[in-house]
Amino acid sequence: MLFAPELLLLIGSLVLFCLCLGKGNGKLAKNLTLGLAIAASLLSLATLNMKGSMFYDAYHVDLFSQLFKLGISVGFVAVLMFGSELKGIDDRMRPEYFLFMVLSTIGLMMLVSSVELLTLFIALELSSYSLYLMVPMRDDHGGLRIQMEAAIKYILFGAVATGIMLYGMSFIYGLTGTTYFVELIPKLHTLASTPTAMLAIALFMSGFFYKLAVFPFHFWVPDVYQGASNVTTAFIASIPKLGAVALLIRITTLVAPVGGEAVVTMLMILAVCSMFYGNLSALVQTDVKRMLGFSGISHAGFVLLGLLTLKDTGYATSMYYIAGYLFMNLACFLVICKVSRNGENVTIEDLSGLYKRAPLLAFTLLVGMMALAGIPPFVGFMGKFMLLTGALRDGHLPLVILAALNTAIAIYYYLSVVRVAFCSAPEERPDVPVDMLTRLVSISLIAVIIAMGVAPRQILDIATIAVKSIL
Amino acid sequence: MDFLIMNEGFPLLSTIVFLPLAGAIILLLLPGENVQRSWTMLVTMVTAAISLPLYSGFDPDTAKYQFAEHVSWIPSLQINYTLGIDGISLLLVLLTTLIMPLCVLGSWTYIQKRVKEFMVCLLLMETAMLGVFMALDFVLFYVLWEAMLIPMYLLIGVWGGPRKIYASIKFFLYTLAGSVMLLVAIIALYLKTGSFSIPMMMGQEYSSTFQLWVFLAFFLAFAIKVPMFPFHTWLPAAHVEAPTAGSVILASILLKMGTYGFLRFCLPITPLATLSLGPYILWLSIAAILYGGFTALAQSDMKKLIAYSSVGHMGFVTLGIFFLNRQGLEGAILQMINHGVTTGALFLCVGMMYERTHSREIADHSGIAQNLPVFVSFLTVFSLSSLAFPATNSFVGEFLVLAGAFSVNKVIAGAAIPGAILAAAYMMRLLQHVLFRGPGRPDIADLNVREIVTLAPLLCFVFWIGLAPEPFLSVMHTSVDYLIQQVDVARSAHIAMNVFP
Repeated sequence: MLFAPELLLLIGSLVLFCLCLGKGNGKLAKNLTLGLAIAASLLSLATLNMKGSMFYDAYHVDLFSQLFKLGISVGFVAVLMFGSELKGIDDRMRPEYFLFMVLSTIGLMMLVSSVELLTLFIALELSSYSLYLMVPMRDDHGGLRIQMEAAIKYILFGAVATGIMLYGMSFIYGLTGTTYFVELIPKLHTLASTPTAMLAIALFMSGFFYKLAVFPFHFWVPDVYQGASNVTTAFIASIPKLGAVALLIRITTLVAPVGGEAVVTMLMILAVCSMFYGNLSALVQTDVKRMLGFSGISHAGFVLLGLLTLKDTGYATSMYYIAGYLFMNLACFLVICKVSRNGENVTIEDLSGLYKRAPLLAFTLLVGMMALAGIPPFVGFMGKFMLLTGALRDGHLPLVILAALNTAIAIYYYLSVVRVAFCSAPEERPDVPVDMLTRLVSISLIAVIIAMGVAPRQILDIATIAVKSIL
Repeated sequence: MDFLIMNEGFPLLSTIVFLPLAGAIILLLLPGENVQRSWTMLVTMVTAAISLPLYSGFDPDTAKYQFAEHVSWIPSLQINYTLGIDGISLLLVLLTTLIMPLCVLGSWTYIQKRVKEFMVCLLLMETAMLGVFMALDFVLFYVLWEAMLIPMYLLIGVWGGPRKIYASIKFFLYTLAGSVMLLVAIIALYLKTGSFSIPMMMGQEYSSTFQLWVFLAFFLAFAIKVPMFPFHTWLPAAHVEAPTAGSVILASILLKMGTYGFLRFCLPITPLATLSLGPYILWLSIAAILYGGFTALAQSDMKKLIAYSSVGHMGFVTLGIFFLNRQGLEGAILQMINHGVTTGALFLCVGMMYERTHSREIADHSGIAQNLPVFVSFLTVFSLSSLAFPATNSFVGEFLVLAGAFSVNKVIAGAAIPGAILAAAYMMRLLQHVLFRGPGRPDIADLNVREIVTLAPLLCFVFWIGLAPEPFLSVMHTSVDYLIQQVDVARSAHIAMNVFP
């Protein structure tokens, strides 16, 4: 039962594999995947309070891991629901596409439960390799083969980041002689202030900085976001980040609270660089996906604000923030997927007059963008507010001021999208059809974004309990 | 919690705040434009009606926050949902609830497209604005303060004039940029006091450097909202491009939030910084009065003229606040209400003409007194009120402000006098063109009953406050005295500390 969500997806992926062997049947594969995803989220919910370990203690199931699994599977359901038409992916490839999507999700779910270095590595690679394959599956639209370019960049940067991470792991093993987190923590705590241990932790974290798109491991982001199909980008942009934050929290606990100063300084510098780089680059983008890519970099910087407090409340705030980010981001990508007619990329111009062409989508976009910008009463504000409070409580005043300045910079590009959607005339652009399923997802996303922003208490409480369970 | 007089029984304040929100949600489901308009009218009227017991049940002999409600919101950070009103916020709450039905009535025919969405935005604005004036928790305040930007942005950006995109973006960016440092200041205060409760933050002994920084963060946010010279540049653009109801909300209520912020936060939380920086702000106020007056004198667009006159009028309000004496403060609060009544009415008048002539130019309306006697009568009274003619509301307010000013600093007070003369000059120039110049406009009709009903309540208030201001002043005496006392305590403590180290 402990392994139920992963097991279900694993069996499902085998069925999907059999489907790909025959003649491609996109519709069947889609329905099967959606069913799997919904079942997996229900199972994650059912196993939320379970505790236990398996596979020779390499795999822990606790509230922390199950919360992330719930988030991952719910995000997966949302992506499948609004991306169900799968524009931009050739019909023959769809079963394979769904197969890799499910495999990537399994990888992420295993990642958040892994407490042993090799298990963790395998889970991470399972999720990454599936993504590497999903990127080039896009139709060749303009004959420019940008999806190939994106895929090559993604895999090259990914391989480098993984290499760096493995190097870090080798240091950790060399220092402590074990690969189990449970044994690592006390040993690393005694070594925490030594330069080698610091280096090892920093290198180890790089793999997840890459997933979360933290500066300077962000180089893949704009091109991959632009080159991959809209649904693929929606997936890459939101769901793996949950896994990355989960692991960054686990790694930070390896050194915290003793001797964490070097880690704090590193995280601080990375946070500031990510925020400024992401926000300033996003200002000049015309492609909405690319813009959201840069905005994602700056949000990654914000998440680090929670980590660098090295406290359970800080980790819990990071969890809350990344969960909120998942929903805000999905709301924006939902609009992109629907506005794009044949799976082409959406420029900001294409959103002109959206409030006349599809009022619900326009409203979803408004809520998503304003939430990302950090305007109350949405979740983005509450998240930022609590991250800033936590960081200031630790005395990082300059950091907090820089972060607040970034909020002001960021508003400009989010607002320019909203402006086009609400204040420009649609001209010749046609209405956007929105099916019932998308309406449902869209209203639920808005409701979640507002509810999390107005009543953060329950989620924070659960997240705090979850974080305490892994310390 | 001894600074709260808890509300037993029916939660009046919460009902007033959330009624428009509930109305907005129901409005989403209603079909038919006229049904939507009537529903919004009904919701705002009911809100106004249930807000009246606030005045009758208000105890003017205490400076505590009355009708208070207190519910825990996010306990891990000591964030609470606390509402309450005192003599400073009472009149502003009433102003808000009474102006909103007039806004709905004033946009009855003005708004022809997307009526439902427009009305939803109005109702959301009402909830946020009322919440801002009632909030006694800083996070609650900030949430509502910022949340207001979205419906206001849409009001300007979707239903606005030709340059609406520029105006709405400028409004949003300016206001938001001003408030981000406010957030940092709030968190810093929380870390000092361990609570987000606004009354708990007052009267604490912060160091003067800390106060200075907090004050500057406050000042940036509130001065942009007021707007004080030189942060005023978003105002004319936003006013001119906004639809009538948007201009009225902006002028009557949104601008008051800046000065309300000074009264509620700057004075009691950072009294030392207020004392040391107050004189500079007085000079900025003088600059605003003169600058607003001269610029208004040069306008040919009626909305722009009124927008710049707002800069000048709000200069009088900040002038009254930072002299820190009773007359000045009471005059400032009264002047906030007066400006809401008078300028709101003037914007409604301009909107009514715009519906007929599709122009805001003074030249296009010259001589209309021959054709529209009723309209011109209203316009004349409101213009006279705007230039503080005796027997109108603004006279009482400006008189109190200037009386307070002369008792402290004759130089600054004297410098404000030309502002009052300028006000007469630009309003008279407007009236002269509209009344006497030109051939008149036989092609346009006079006000209809709906428009007269829209303006009449404001006219009553012009004369009521002008002739018998006591009911309005009596509710604020105790709260204002307490405010001055808070500043004085800090002053004497500081002096004592400096003399006996």
